[in-house]
Amino acid sequence: MSQSLSLKPLSKTALEVPFSGIRRFFDIAASMQDVVSLGVGEPDFVTPWSVREAAIYSLERGQTTYTSNYGLLELRREIARYLNNRYQVEYNPDAEILITVGVSEGLDLAMRVLLNPADEVLIPEPCYVSYRPCVSLAGGVAVGVETRAEAKFAVTAEQLKAACTERTKAILLGYPSNPTGAVLNREQIIEIINFARDRGIYIISDEIYDRLTYDGMHTCVASVPGARDITILLNGFSKAYAMTGWRIAYACAPEPILKMMMKLHSYTMLCAPITGQIAALEAIKHAETEVEDMVAHYRQRRRLIVDGLNKLGLTCHMPLGAFYAFPSIKSTGLSAEQFAERLLLEERVAVVPGTAFGAGGNGHIRCSYATGVEKLEMALSRLQNFMEKLRS
Amino acid sequence: MSHEAPDEILTILARDARTPYDTIAKMTGRSVEEVEKAVRGYEQSGVIKTYYTVIDWEKTGSERVVAFIDVKVTPARDVGFDAIACRIARFAQVQSVWLVSGGSDLRVVVEASNLRELASFVAEKLATIDGVTGTTSHFLLKRYKEDGALFFESEQDQRLVVSP
Repeated sequence: MSQSLSLKPLSKTALEVPFSGIRRFFDIAASMQDVVSLGVGEPDFVTPWSVREAAIYSLERGQTTYTSNYGLLELRREIARYLNNRYQVEYNPDAEILITVGVSEGLDLAMRVLLNPADEVLIPEPCYVSYRPCVSLAGGVAVGVETRAEAKFAVTAEQLKAACTERTKAILLGYPSNPTGAVLNREQIIEIINFARDRGIYIISDEIYDRLTYDGMHTCVASVPGARDITILLNGFSKAYAMTGWRIAYACAPEPILKMMMKLHSYTMLCAPITGQIAALEAIKHAETEVEDMVAHYRQRRRLIVDGLNKLGLTCHMPLGAFYAFPSIKSTGLSAEQFAERLLLEERVAVVPGTAFGAGGNGHIRCSYATGVEKLEMALSRLQNFMEKLRS
Repeated sequence: MSHEAPDEILTILARDARTPYDTIAKMTGRSVEEVEKAVRGYEQSGVIKTYYTVIDWEKTGSERVVAFIDVKVTPARDVGFDAIACRIARFAQVQSVWLVSGGSDLRVVVEASNLRELASFVAEKLATIDGVTGTTSHFLLKRYKEDGALFFESEQDQRLVVSP
């Protein structure tokens, strides 16, 4: 920039939103050789071939156009069928389902549709890194509700009640949780829904990890009595079908809410990419075996890593969902940031410090087990070296 | 037919027979002793038939000829196809024998060190068995996938090292 040019400052909102705490670790890790990474928030599987093949075939046939703003009707119908079969929750594919570019877009739309300036959103923490920024970018105020390791990081209706004010507009639930692996059971959800209905506040439920639960089936928030009318359900194809790069997800909500989301989406995104939508259609129709196979892998690795962490003195509850272990590193006396940085530099193992995920994250690190057994064992053995060094 | 989910120990070994017992123990939440005992049980009862390694022989430079031979058979009274199938299966050159539906009855995989040896096996041993009424040989030209292992370059991990 030339010296004479004096531009006005960038948007205050944009400037004030902090960078993700994950970014710094990515920069360091990316510059190093031979790093075993437990820092990856996506499946280590490649998208099932039948799904990739369907996308290739669609390109060969020249399917390269826009789709309806809502997304391909056939895909929405399959999603409606899937939700009904799996969770007994009914959505009208014509007006209550919107195909979005990742759950990230769905989350952004939900916030912008619900929030007026200064409206508050209750967010159980630790939570996914974009929850707070999405609220602020929509003009709202994120109110963290700290969950605890002793409660397996499940938020309670009591905690939410205590944080609720006149300005509370919505509760953002993200279970199964990235980074803690926590889930909510049906009773816990019912209590939260009853409370939300009492206060006339909305629920936004990010259920991207719904297929990755290991002790019993996931309870879809929208499926409990009284929830559907007040809930924006967000889900997608990234985690269950190993389709992160395709960026295909969906939002389901009662028509008046979904219509507003579609309106914003039609101006800012127009539609989700058609190739990804066609791939998603193949996935939801024909990739069930692959999903179950991947879940079986995650289940086995989960035991392996949790067992290994606990043996090293890094107390870790058994995560019930997603593919993250969230052990406590308090016994080392280091902060989560220090621990993660030293572990990376000294033993070449990448993890994410819990502080990246908000309140309650300090004293913890996030270890992804979306990585092969051999690498997990290598990471555990390097962690052991690190722990021995710390103790000596 | 029962439809119980298979024991996880078996699915892990089917994926990689070299997985150590203590790793399997951690992966399945059982003790090492339990895993060892279960595997021994499977071996003794014949659930686990054998362990072997899928090798790309071509890469080692050693020449091997493989043929898939469709065999037409006149089934024998009382024993059906079994007597002939077992007879064929006992030859060391025969890697697999399956009873199949379709135009032929048995599908036999034969491996030999050269074409001449393979041809003479088919002509002298296989075709001359009583009850074998015809054979059609398909020679293997190139392997792309065998027992679940891809023989061309598989996907590398292309993920970012750290992601949200």
